[in-house]
Amino acid sequence: MTDPARIACDVCVVGSGMAGMSAALFAANRGLATVLVGRTGEIIFATGLLDLLGVHPLEEGKTWSDPWAGVAALVKDLPRHPYARLAAGEIRAAFDELLRFFEANGLAYAGHPERNVAVPTAVGTLKTTYRVPRTMWQAVAARERRASCRLVDIQGLKGFSARQIADTLGPVWPGLQTARVVYPDTHAASEVFAERLARSLELDRNRGKFAEALAPHVKGVDAVGLPAILGISRPVHVMQDIERRLGVALFEIPTMPPGATGLRLKEAFESGLGDCGVRLLLENRVFRAVDDSSGGFLIEAGRSDAEHLIAATSVILATGRFMGGGLQADRRGVRESLFDLPVHQPEGRDGWHRQDFLDPKGHPVNRAGLEIDDSFRVLAASGRPAHAHLFAAGSILAHQDWIRMKCGAGLAIATAYGAVQGAVKALKAQGPPLRRF
Amino acid sequence: MVLETPVLIIGGGITGVGLARDLALRGVSCLLVERRDICAGASGANHGLLHSGARYVRSDPVAAVECREESALLKSLAPHCIEDTGGLFVAVAGDDEQYVAEFPGSCARCGIGCQAISVAEAREMEPVLSDRLIAAFRVEDASVDPFHLALDNLAEALELGGRVLLHTRLTGFIIENRRICGARLRHDRTGKEVVVEAGLVVNAAGAWAREVAGLAGIDIDLLYSKGSLLITDQRITHRVVNRLRPASDADILVPGGTVSILGTTSIPINALDRIVPTVEESDAIIHMASAMVPSLQTTRFIRAYAGVRPLVGSRSLKDGRALSRGFALMDHAADGLDNFVSIAGGKLTTYRRMAERTADLVCRKLGVARSGLTRVKPLTACAANQWTAAGLSPRLWMKARKPEDLLLCECEMVPASAVDAVIAGIHQQGGTSDLYAIGRRSRIGKGTCQGAFCGVRICAYLYDRGDLVGREGLTDLRSFLSARWRGMRPILWDAALRQEELQEALHCGYFGLELEGRP
Repeated sequence: MTDPARIACDVCVVGSGMAGMSAALFAANRGLATVLVGRTGEIIFATGLLDLLGVHPLEEGKTWSDPWAGVAALVKDLPRHPYARLAAGEIRAAFDELLRFFEANGLAYAGHPERNVAVPTAVGTLKTTYRVPRTMWQAVAARERRASCRLVDIQGLKGFSARQIADTLGPVWPGLQTARVVYPDTHAASEVFAERLARSLELDRNRGKFAEALAPHVKGVDAVGLPAILGISRPVHVMQDIERRLGVALFEIPTMPPGATGLRLKEAFESGLGDCGVRLLLENRVFRAVDDSSGGFLIEAGRSDAEHLIAATSVILATGRFMGGGLQADRRGVRESLFDLPVHQPEGRDGWHRQDFLDPKGHPVNRAGLEIDDSFRVLAASGRPAHAHLFAAGSILAHQDWIRMKCGAGLAIATAYGAVQGAVKALKAQGPPLRRF
Repeated sequence: MVLETPVLIIGGGITGVGLARDLALRGVSCLLVERRDICAGASGANHGLLHSGARYVRSDPVAAVECREESALLKSLAPHCIEDTGGLFVAVAGDDEQYVAEFPGSCARCGIGCQAISVAEAREMEPVLSDRLIAAFRVEDASVDPFHLALDNLAEALELGGRVLLHTRLTGFIIENRRICGARLRHDRTGKEVVVEAGLVVNAAGAWAREVAGLAGIDIDLLYSKGSLLITDQRITHRVVNRLRPASDADILVPGGTVSILGTTSIPINALDRIVPTVEESDAIIHMASAMVPSLQTTRFIRAYAGVRPLVGSRSLKDGRALSRGFALMDHAADGLDNFVSIAGGKLTTYRRMAERTADLVCRKLGVARSGLTRVKPLTACAANQWTAAGLSPRLWMKARKPEDLLLCECEMVPASAVDAVIAGIHQQGGTSDLYAIGRRSRIGKGTCQGAFCGVRICAYLYDRGDLVGREGLTDLRSFLSARWRGMRPILWDAALRQEELQEALHCGYFGLELEGRP
């Protein structure tokens, strides 16, 4: 084995989900020499919907139409929630900066000013979220204006039934019509996959054929809803092109994951972050991370063995929870995977989960995670920062339940912003100029 | 509404459906009512072990001989429900050596095959066995699919003119002149009520037999023992592996298709509500069983489940009505009701014999002079019931080469055509084609996703078929996931916890199903 290649940087972000990617963006935008190391990332499971805050308090199941008022109430009631470490203006700034980045990379978003929206899901529920991909906007707008719509599903695309969605949405969106089409050139009725359909619609001639298949079903309706298959890298362009051919508005509903929606985020981040100067070590895992003698970190990373040795002044840990691998659980307890940092957690496995899966209060283990200070520095068991330059962001943080609070994207984006601010502050305090590649 | 039947059987466990088939083969019509679904109690929550009898040679030689005879019969009469795996009894260092030494002799006295083998041979046969083994014996244990067995018994009874009402609750009896003249029933979902006028009523309600008898004013002395078991994500041994020691917790590992089942605990309980496996039990089972198979400490478990063993208590046994220590057949004429019989206790392995003895009594009381046929007549295999077998649907699907037959369950490879067949079977039984009923009759929800993904795909498919309408799918999905959860909760660590997080992200994060239960 050859010696690993050395890379020096200001900040090494570990993790390639929404939090890690956002942190790398914010760090690069602030002039830091940034390396991002991560495996595939759970971002491929994302719906593309950006939640800020949907439900609080969980016991009451109260849903907020004004997420900012919701955040204010949450911060007051749960002062240890990561949102409480940030001013509302900082959360807004984080969202704005990320949405600008997405727009520049082909993923335009839409929403109501200051308000949450409700979008239909693949099982026909309405999900409260904050910002939706532009390709899903008509699902919000058409319902709000009670437009006549038809949902069209695709033969062979499993887990997406227009009939189910229309039936289930009936009470809140009456009169939805449905149809099923065979995707052009697919073997009659065999299985099709959202990602493959989305990639095929990137091509002009496939869009033409698909529009022909849809044409019989657009008469007499204002908008047509589809599973999320309208392209990967240029979804708005794909949507508008088919809209032009059909003369009707289109909207998407996210499919069961993994689908096209997660891949759009992943690919937008990967190409956009490269353009911003982030050094991306994707599909890499971190084998070892240690303090070096000079007060920074040495990180061994690579695909199958340590190909890279990263010397970083600071580390932002955005490794996620159990699914992402940031936390690991055995029968006895929950551990942090990389640095073995102390994890706030319920005592004993019997206290991890409630008796009912769908208990609105949420499972206590979902609030387990890392403790941080106001600069997003990870705390040691002593209650003091474990390291002056070790930060954490995203779902690995304790005292939140992003799934039930409907704050996943907001948590990732805002805490990434907070962690980068913390890193910048610590680097400045250290004095010497920032390292460059 | 009034229904008439010569015999009303209460309980759709293995005993009830076995009795329905036995009576049907004798030409006696019967109506079977089941409060939930087939095998909803202990019949669906056990190891699926077809006992050679070796387990009981010391504690209960009568039961041991019964097991030996019945397992031999079932292997020839219902081979399609049985995997003749063979079994091992093993002792590890520290186990009672006197007990080990006496084991072959005890087996011989019961006529049960038992062959001593060397520890090295045993570990060659089952490499996962501990290196601390001190003794090993081969026996004739096998594994049996209790769902398949029960559904085929029911199917044959229905074919011969029997009737069944699922999801139907017994709410009371109408009693006059020492006779039950009517049984009041209510359908759990529709609320529809019927009165059944039966010549004779058989209480085969398993753990609920005491409650049923109580509705007739009769007290049965029944004790409840809760047992929890764990399912591994892969098959760990080829054979059944028993710990060679007096019956104790966590002393058996039973392979079944692509998985192994590890159990069990034994906890006396007083009430039958909320029978769920606990975190504490799952830890205890793993800890104890790892003495036989050390790798169980790091094995991935798919789920846990719990059942209640109804044990006939000393008061009911003392009356001399017990046929063996395993089960008790009670003619309640002695309690003042001339057309009421209860059958309680027993084991899966001896269900046929229990049903036969009960049918003998029923016929005697009804004046029907026909003897049983289940000892000689093979169980008819019904195609709609084959889907509980792990590994079957992938085989058939690969062979059929029909890409349009979409795999709705990807973990266990169950295609849409299998779901169609299962639904047809449910409709024949008068049941509802919901996710729970489909899951009980197939491998759906039994793989690593535990229903998180296949539940959604099948729900969509049920809408496309027209089985679900309106907002029924949300209720169905919610109750299906909640039922799977009870078995997941005790084993959520490591990979299973990662899987659970994905499930929660999908069902709560995206779909918001936790918010749909609000009034």
